[in-house]
Amino acid sequence: MTESRTVVEMRGITIRFPGVLALDGVDFCLRAGEVHALMGENGAGKSTLIKALTGVYGIDRGTIAVGGEERVFGTAADAQGAGISTVYQEINLCPNLSVGENVMLGHEPRTLRGIDWRATRREATRHLASLGLHLDPQSLLASHSIAVQQLVAISRAMVLDARVLILDEPTSSLDREEVDRLFTVVRGLRQQGVAILFVSHFLDQVYEISDRITVLRNGKLVGEYLADRLPRSDLVSKMIGRELDELEAISASAERSIDRAATPVLSAAGVGKKGVLHPADLDVYRGEVVGIAGLLGSGRTELVRLLYGADRPDSGTIAVHGEPARLSTPRHAIDRGIAFSSENRRAEGLVPELTVAENIVLGIQARRGWLRKLRRAEQEAVVSEHIRALDVRPPDPNRVAGDLSGGNQQKVLLARWLATAPELLILDEPTRGIDVGAKADIQRKVAELAARGLSVVFISSELEEVLRLAQRVVVMRDRRQIGVLDSSSVDVDGVIEYMATEGEGSVA
Amino acid sequence: MSNLLRHRLFWPALSLVALIALNTAVRPRFIQITVRDGELYGALIDILRQCAPLMLVSLGMTLVIATRGIDLSVGAVMAVSGAVALTIIDGSADPGSVGTVLVAIVCGVGVALVLGVWNGFLVAVLKIQPIIATLVLMLAGRGVALLITDGFITTVNSKPLEFVAGGHLLGLPFALFIWVAATVAIALAERRTALGMLTEAVGINPEASRLAGVRSRGIILGAYVASGTLAGVAGIIYSSNIRAADANAAGELIELYAILAVVLGGTSLMGGKFSIAGTVIGVLIIQTLQSTILFLGVSSAESPVFFAVVVVIVVLIQSPRVHQAARRLTRGRPSRPAPELRTEAEVAP
Amino acid sequence: MSTVATDRRARLAAHTQTFLSRHSSMMPTFAALVIFVLLLVGAQLHFGEFVTPRTMSALLLDNAYLLILAVGMTFVIVTGGIDLSVGSVMAFTGISCASLLSHGHPAVIVVPAIILGGGLIGLMIGILVQYFDVQPFIASLAGLFLARGLAFVVSLESIRVENDSVLWLQTTRYRLGEWYITPTGILALLVAALGAFVMQFTRFGRTVYAVGGNEQSARLMGLAVARTKVMVYVISGVCGGLAGLVLTAYSGAGYPRNGIGTELDVIAAVVIGGTLLTGGTGYVLGSVIGVFVYGTIKTVISYMGAEQSWTRIIIGLMLLVFIVVQRIIVVRAERRR
Repeated sequence: MTESRTVVEMRGITIRFPGVLALDGVDFCLRAGEVHALMGENGAGKSTLIKALTGVYGIDRGTIAVGGEERVFGTAADAQGAGISTVYQEINLCPNLSVGENVMLGHEPRTLRGIDWRATRREATRHLASLGLHLDPQSLLASHSIAVQQLVAISRAMVLDARVLILDEPTSSLDREEVDRLFTVVRGLRQQGVAILFVSHFLDQVYEISDRITVLRNGKLVGEYLADRLPRSDLVSKMIGRELDELEAISASAERSIDRAATPVLSAAGVGKKGVLHPADLDVYRGEVVGIAGLLGSGRTELVRLLYGADRPDSGTIAVHGEPARLSTPRHAIDRGIAFSSENRRAEGLVPELTVAENIVLGIQARRGWLRKLRRAEQEAVVSEHIRALDVRPPDPNRVAGDLSGGNQQKVLLARWLATAPELLILDEPTRGIDVGAKADIQRKVAELAARGLSVVFISSELEEVLRLAQRVVVMRDRRQIGVLDSSSVDVDGVIEYMATEGEGSVA
Repeated sequence: MSNLLRHRLFWPALSLVALIALNTAVRPRFIQITVRDGELYGALIDILRQCAPLMLVSLGMTLVIATRGIDLSVGAVMAVSGAVALTIIDGSADPGSVGTVLVAIVCGVGVALVLGVWNGFLVAVLKIQPIIATLVLMLAGRGVALLITDGFITTVNSKPLEFVAGGHLLGLPFALFIWVAATVAIALAERRTALGMLTEAVGINPEASRLAGVRSRGIILGAYVASGTLAGVAGIIYSSNIRAADANAAGELIELYAILAVVLGGTSLMGGKFSIAGTVIGVLIIQTLQSTILFLGVSSAESPVFFAVVVVIVVLIQSPRVHQAARRLTRGRPSRPAPELRTEAEVAP
Repeated sequence: MSTVATDRRARLAAHTQTFLSRHSSMMPTFAALVIFVLLLVGAQLHFGEFVTPRTMSALLLDNAYLLILAVGMTFVIVTGGIDLSVGSVMAFTGISCASLLSHGHPAVIVVPAIILGGGLIGLMIGILVQYFDVQPFIASLAGLFLARGLAFVVSLESIRVENDSVLWLQTTRYRLGEWYITPTGILALLVAALGAFVMQFTRFGRTVYAVGGNEQSARLMGLAVARTKVMVYVISGVCGGLAGLVLTAYSGAGYPRNGIGTELDVIAAVVIGGTLLTGGTGYVLGSVIGVFVYGTIKTVISYMGAEQSWTRIIIGLMLLVFIVVQRIIVVRAERRR
């Protein structure tokens, strides 16, 4: 293949936020007529890099050159002016306007008598057709599926004469046919010489469409590779990293024997939701820790949210202690002794302006209702017991919860759920983004509680952690459950291999 | 010292004290209290008496705002409750009997309570935006009140009714007892039970509260019921004051003053943490301002101009952009671009 | 079943589908039109003599001020905002007009001045909303306070207008058979036509719709969102000024207590006309129909000899029904997704 022209060159990009180094000296380039995939786990810096390229964030250090010319993007409009267009996951179009109007918005042909709608429709049709789309320009955007809306968004990008098209997670809500259609369009654009940046968690799709892959981890560049020269399992390892295990080994806890002849505490069969998760099965026994492993976007959170009633499942049945249960709201799950700690602790967990004590008793209080307030003595006892057990720092129950560090906030959330004395505790990424000490505390606590009979479902991106605590590991990929592994029979490499290749054809 | 400064009620309380001090400096008789026939009189006493309707409405508004809502219908509800009560008294055989007046008051407040349930149903169950849901009653309510009074201003002559707004108990205005009782009742209900904390949780983070199992529907409904009921009592006091039911004038613009009082008291319009004491101080500030403006010779009709300025100043002070600018000025460093576009997911490693 | 028949049926179905999908946002306005026609028919049947040139002409002229306010309000509501100050702005500009005229200032100066005054109040509201992140109803509430108070500052009582160049607006009548119209009516229709043109045929108007549909998207699409959001409040303020002029001409006097509660009538008319309060859809034509619906109900009630307060109640109930229906539609659409 002849060396393609470099359209965008980013060198040494460094971006700092208060307390966090989001990008550290990252180099990245986009070439004309090429699909380049950008990959990395949450917090790796992908979205930050893209926002730097699209003018949403300013850079602290480094340069961006477009078409050989160095540019500084102060606003999103600057980037657009340089020919960089983005199609976001949330389809940034106006659903209340017509397809044609969305394509041409802001660029409608005008005469002295105002906007010429006939000409606008003609132009829109032309642009849509150039991508192989034959839509009625007068139809309402919202009347089309997400997949089609996305293609409309891409047409709009072409109206603006984009040289660079950034596709941010374009396939998350698409089915197979729609993905094929999208990829046909993308291949067409590639032919026309557009440089395409493709961000996705779906490994299969990345390999299907990309020419090149760049991997970021923890804000640093891991490397740029040609897609057909990078084996899948290598890609996954590079994304996850094989850091040394700094945490002390939690001895023997995972090697407990679990009584799997008894009725499972929770039994889910064929639980799924259209467009969100393929039907999955899960049985959790008393005292067992079941881990869920998979890359970001593989459907782990979606699965547990369905189990808890945070989202309503379309299909499948759930039984608690053998009795069928309808868990369509969190209240139902809580009444059955199930607790759920969300991965998004800021938005879905902590009530930041309330105190530590109030956050901890919120679960208990919600269950008791507003009339039966916890007596002060009782409240103090519960709160101080949990603060001590989880080593919350500072151990001040009257501190405003939002002031605590991430790790301690997570502990407060854990305390809230433990205080409700659940039978099944679902933890979604409980140790993400917290310091090593807090990580160890939480893992130790979970192991302790499991040994005493608590059932736990545990999601984590850190495979060492999962293998350390869980007896069994459910592996997910691309919104599908691909298998269940016995943790004592596999190591981290094995899980990675399984995650990358199980159910697929030969490794690239 | 810094703890005192940072206490939520510090600035509102200071503003009130400053306002009173200013008034006293200009007219020393302001803080003078005279005793006549065993009853206390004076400018301060007047303020404590006249603020009763606004106080009650503002208490209800505080609860509604805490749930991230708003109740624009309180003025109309006041008009309806007054209309109902006075029509009953007017049409009764013995307008001067305590029994009749009590029945009338119960009916008036009862109707107001039902209207509160109506609002709560629209917001909590049908999930209609609060501003729109209460707008309907704001529109239709006055019409209903006008119908009840047949378009006239129904006047009555009834000693027991007059006592509500004008009477004295233990030397102090009876109306003062009404609002103090309401304030104490609400404060107890919110803080002695878990209602306060759960309301705040719902207002601060509705999704987290849902996932934690909080029954938000009941809490939100309750807030609107409280708001309606309190507006009903306020309507009775208003009618007692003018000895008539004036469906047009009752509670005119009161929702705006109530929102202002809540905001002055430190409760955020975005919902969440609320302060009953703050609202009380906010109402007293507004009432004192009214008194000041009247004293300066400005007619009460023109006074909204001053309050417009106050509203603008208060919202500017609370505006995040102003905070940003202030921080930039004090720190002298250039700020990051567009912080609102940065989500937690970016910042957390 | 012959293939020709099925073909035709399929084609008809396809055509209907296309029509519906192209014009689904016009459905609420269409519904308003149907309601208006039904009201007229019902009134005609009931009173025997309702739809006459005289009544219909009066319908426009009695509600000209409301029509102008509704045009301005449409712009604001389509962006997802709300303007509670319009009634007070109308009163303020009206009394200022009367007062300035009574002091001998020429109408040529006074009229533009009051329109400017209305626009300035709108500008203040727009700036608070856009640049200080104040919620529209609080910002417009401040506008309401300000305008109402200023109206009383200008004068505590009504002021008669003797100036012919203003009174001319109402007293002149152009007749066509039994139909008649005054300059105020023409002004109202012109404002409506101009509003409709701007909304439909200018980039500014399309930006108004875009902002209402998804403000974030509109910004990312490179549209001038900030400027547009401020402008719609200025437009509403200018309409307030025009309405003040019209109302003053109509009643021959300025009165500071005018327009109390009018903002709610305007909002109701706009919503009944098919504009969603959540923003993004709505037509000026719909608001015009909404005003006529309001006017018709008012006329019907006065014909029936009932209290005028029934008008507010019925409008309130209609508003409620519309809101609930809008909510149901939104919930259904969300669930389908």
